[in-house]
Amino acid sequence: MSVSEPPVSVAAPRSRVRAWRLLASNPLTVAAAIVLAVVVLASMLAPWIAPYGVNQIDVANALTSPSPAHWFGTDELGRDVLSRVLLAGSTSLTIAVSAVAIALVLGLVLGVVAGFAGGWVDAALMRIVDVMFAFPVLLLALAIIAIFQPGMLTTTIAIGVVYTPIFARVARASTLSLRTAPFVQVSRTMGTPAASILRRHVLPNIGGPIIVQTSLSLAFAILSEAALSFLGLGIQPPAPSWGGMLFTAQGFLAQAWWMSVFPGAAIFVTALAFNLFGDGLRDGLDPRQRTIIEARHGQRRRERAAAALRRDMTDREASR
Amino acid sequence: MTVLQVRDLRVAIGETPIVRGLDFSVDRGQTLGIVGESGSGKSLTVLAATGLIDAPGRRVTGSSVLRATPDAAGVELVGASDRVLRSVHGDAVGFVFQDPSTSLNPYLSVGRQIAESLETHRGLSRRAAHTRAIALLEAVGIPDPASRVDAYPHQFSGGQRQRVMIAIALACDPALLVADEPTTALDVTTQAQIIELVQQLQHDRGTAVVWISHDLGVIGQVADEVLVLRHGEAVEQRPLVEVYADPQHAYTKELLAARPRVVAGAGPAPEPTAAPLLEVAGLDVRFAVQTPAGRRTVHAVDDVSFTVRRGTTLALVGESGSGKSTIANALTGLVAPHAGTATLADAEGTGVRDALRAKRRERRRIAMVFQDPFASIDPRRTVADAIAEPLRVHRLGGATAASRAARVRELLELVDLDPAFAERYPHELSGGQRQRVSIARALALEPELVILDEATASLDVSVQARVLALLRRLQVEQRLTYLFIAHDLAIVQQMSHDVVVLRGGKVVEAAPAAELFAHPREEYTRALLAAVPPDGPRARA
Repeated sequence: MSVSEPPVSVAAPRSRVRAWRLLASNPLTVAAAIVLAVVVLASMLAPWIAPYGVNQIDVANALTSPSPAHWFGTDELGRDVLSRVLLAGSTSLTIAVSAVAIALVLGLVLGVVAGFAGGWVDAALMRIVDVMFAFPVLLLALAIIAIFQPGMLTTTIAIGVVYTPIFARVARASTLSLRTAPFVQVSRTMGTPAASILRRHVLPNIGGPIIVQTSLSLAFAILSEAALSFLGLGIQPPAPSWGGMLFTAQGFLAQAWWMSVFPGAAIFVTALAFNLFGDGLRDGLDPRQRTIIEARHGQRRRERAAAALRRDMTDREASR
Repeated sequence: MTVLQVRDLRVAIGETPIVRGLDFSVDRGQTLGIVGESGSGKSLTVLAATGLIDAPGRRVTGSSVLRATPDAAGVELVGASDRVLRSVHGDAVGFVFQDPSTSLNPYLSVGRQIAESLETHRGLSRRAAHTRAIALLEAVGIPDPASRVDAYPHQFSGGQRQRVMIAIALACDPALLVADEPTTALDVTTQAQIIELVQQLQHDRGTAVVWISHDLGVIGQVADEVLVLRHGEAVEQRPLVEVYADPQHAYTKELLAARPRVVAGAGPAPEPTAAPLLEVAGLDVRFAVQTPAGRRTVHAVDDVSFTVRRGTTLALVGESGSGKSTIANALTGLVAPHAGTATLADAEGTGVRDALRAKRRERRRIAMVFQDPFASIDPRRTVADAIAEPLRVHRLGGATAASRAARVRELLELVDLDPAFAERYPHELSGGQRQRVSIARALALEPELVILDEATASLDVSVQARVLALLRRLQVEQRLTYLFIAHDLAIVQQMSHDVVVLRGGKVVEAAPAAELFAHPREEYTRALLAAVPPDGPRARA
């Protein structure tokens, strides 16, 4: 909006608030970051902090409800659910994060190239993506795993490939609208190389939808891994994963709620934290949002300063 | 008889006051012109006064009483219930908005859209409403209304769409017509037609009109009384003739001075000795357009030739669809020409190169400034980044980041912006400031030719005047050559040494500016000149 402007507006020198301060100004983002940190830390330190071994069977104490000895109860073989949830974390998180990283990189390259190049390149790439999209997620993953050995690496690659089309679609749609944006046209007229336009103008501007898609996909990837493990094609028992535990617990829903609730809660909390953190990241990276947050910061600081001044004056009056 | 009486109208969005206590009234058959820059609150004023305001966090106080007929009781519109407002909108109050291409529903025939309010408010049958819609289309000057009534919005031109909007607004014979920048998105000749149409309809029907515009030149054509708005306050509120004859407030004087007008003998001094810089010969651009009926070729530019002389400005003038922007895009490599050459003289004036087929890397010699200041700068990058891009790409302004930053500061100062703007993001700047950044970015290329594609068309008139002054100063100081693309002959006269008038992709007339404005040879050029709002206010019958 153009308010009447003097020829030379004196812009007061303003210190830009650092990115992490912006993220920190949103309490939801902070909470999500803390939760994520706790989950990651717990998973990494699991071998040392888990009270029992991962496959320490104690049939005598099978299916006991949560107690001081077993905080999360025990499963059908008497294994400690808390220990297994902790130890499964690293597996589930590693698979989810690596799979989404694969999907992100592949999808972004496919989508951005297709969207920016247009023409037959676009048509060819997107038909490939469409074919990938046409298969149900699990079916495609099953096919990949059936060809190779089931295991952690195969599962990761399978989930990564399966999620690629989603990223490709999102990236292409956003790129397509940017390709004809005047600021991209300007760069073209100035002779900026295409690679530089992509890196400096296109990628930052499609960041918002991509970040949201990433955080959503991280949550779904944990669930996909769970489904594959359930079918016996993901993580091979007795190695634990959150999904695997959840599906084992299905048979004991009536007798042992704790077997499903605790791994389920781990998936839920992690997925939610990913989503909230993604939202915060998207806002923090958008300069328009930054201005709003910065303005709010400045106002709060001024108010605090004014309040301090008032307090100071009343103190002085009182002491007089 | 007073149709709308507004008293102490105040609007705030959250804690921010937008409109700060306005009083005005409109009589039957009269026109109130509200003039102000964008952000002055002129649209919100009228939306609040008619109960159409829909901004979140709004607070409207004051009073706005509508009296549709002399014996009817006044209806208070501020704070009225949705039911009351629904019965008033489209019946006693009609609206015409700026952009006719988005205010019509593309999926309904125009006849259905005109009939809608007739069926709702007047209880007409579908058949009767249809007949009335034909009569209305005829009244607003749509040729062959009986068959056009079933056509869809995309089958009408921009000006015709605005005529349809007026037909919709007038369907129920409203006592009050609100026109919010109704001609801003239209070509100049169409603008003149729409102004004439509204005045004729007003004369026939005695409608009261509130006309909002940022251009005092347009208001001078339509209004009886003028309300000059700034920061939500009326700085001047008097009959039009008095405002023109004797503006009281400094701001009104500025608006008056800034309005585009054609004045005999104005414009830069001719430079007959300037050597040619860019010679375009036989330029021809065609587009293949995919339509449901198969591929169709659009001949956008048809055998256009012209010469831009070093240190001067050549203006390409034409209405939308004349191919003037396509020429710019061909020169900067955004579209591939079908035929033709463009030779850019070398600095020594000896060798020549073909600009149309130059490699990307060599495109430094022609820079372009686009129309839309809001879309032509990357919202995610700072002003410094935007201006530094050409420096980086072409290794200008020194090798180190520090020397580039110094060059960016220098360029900002060149366009009269504080160097502190370097760290700002585009959304923190006004339209005029952004356009200055665009100009700085173009100058960073150290170009020989700068193409200004409607570079000031989307700015407010007062901001436009300042940006044009800046461009003229830069031309003299930096010995720049401009290819100035515009639809407004008034600003063309201020800027150009030579003028080429385009229509439908063909050259209509090409002449030195002084000659063209004094003795236009072609009928079309004369029509364009006649469409520029005249100097003084229009005498009202």
